[in-house]
Amino acid sequence: MKDHAGDESAGSWTAATRRQLERRLPWENLLPDRQPFWVGSWVYVFGVITIAALVWVVLSGVVLAAFGPQWWHLSSVGRFFNSLHFWSVQLFFVFMVLHLWGQYFMASWREGRAPTWMIGVVTFAVSIVAAFTGYLSQQNFAAQYIAINAKDAVNSTGAGGFFNVLNFGQMYGLHVMLLPIAVTLLVVLHIVQVRMKGVVRPIGHEVKPAVPLDLRKK
Amino acid sequence: MGINVSVVDQPAGYLHWGFILISWPNLLVIGIMVVFFALALILPFPGHGSSAEKEKKA
Repeated sequence: MKDHAGDESAGSWTAATRRQLERRLPWENLLPDRQPFWVGSWVYVFGVITIAALVWVVLSGVVLAAFGPQWWHLSSVGRFFNSLHFWSVQLFFVFMVLHLWGQYFMASWREGRAPTWMIGVVTFAVSIVAAFTGYLSQQNFAAQYIAINAKDAVNSTGAGGFFNVLNFGQMYGLHVMLLPIAVTLLVVLHIVQVRMKGVVRPIGHEVKPAVPLDLRKK
Repeated sequence: MGINVSVVDQPAGYLHWGFILISWPNLLVIGIMVVFFALALILPFPGHGSSAEKEKKA
């Protein structure tokens, strides 16, 4: 670590950000080539499959947005991409929940990982809204049925004033632009947090303090 | 179209057991997820020995 005392860049926010990143997120942590032995379990694969599913969701969604509802309802290739989008979302949620179960039962918020856990919780919540607006954006009878049935529930929460499920333009805009960007950014933040803190140790294998706790009290 | 889609183009059946009310497809998905989770815990990960062995080496 370089000593920056007396450095001309000492007051610069870009230099301060760079130093902070160098300290908290070195390249060895961001792109590691080795993992601790406890990562050798299928439970740790659930998160990676969730990310893989998200990649397919975004790619198939870009194609659907480019060609439009008539294409995805009436052409065979369009139906294929429609199904690809739908089923990759199903996999995204299935593996996100499996990932959640795995991390919950190993209490992955331990040893300073609460932000990682909370970003995961927010990602889950935003993903549900993204999926909901997707069901409303299908441009078929099911979408109308869901919107009509959901409007009273949404209104009862008080959110109906700025989140109108009957407004297709609003739902579609949220679904293809704002919510995918939010989910992607949150997932990136989540992964960066995991890289900064490392993968949590299994319960019973926590790092022992250098000084025993009973001696610290004296 | 060769495949008969009418089978899936109708409302799903429901399990109603006391206060529990869930469609069979949803219950099936949850069941498969529980099986996946159990398999992930049981099945050995390729290229890894037991955790006790690895800890001894570390």
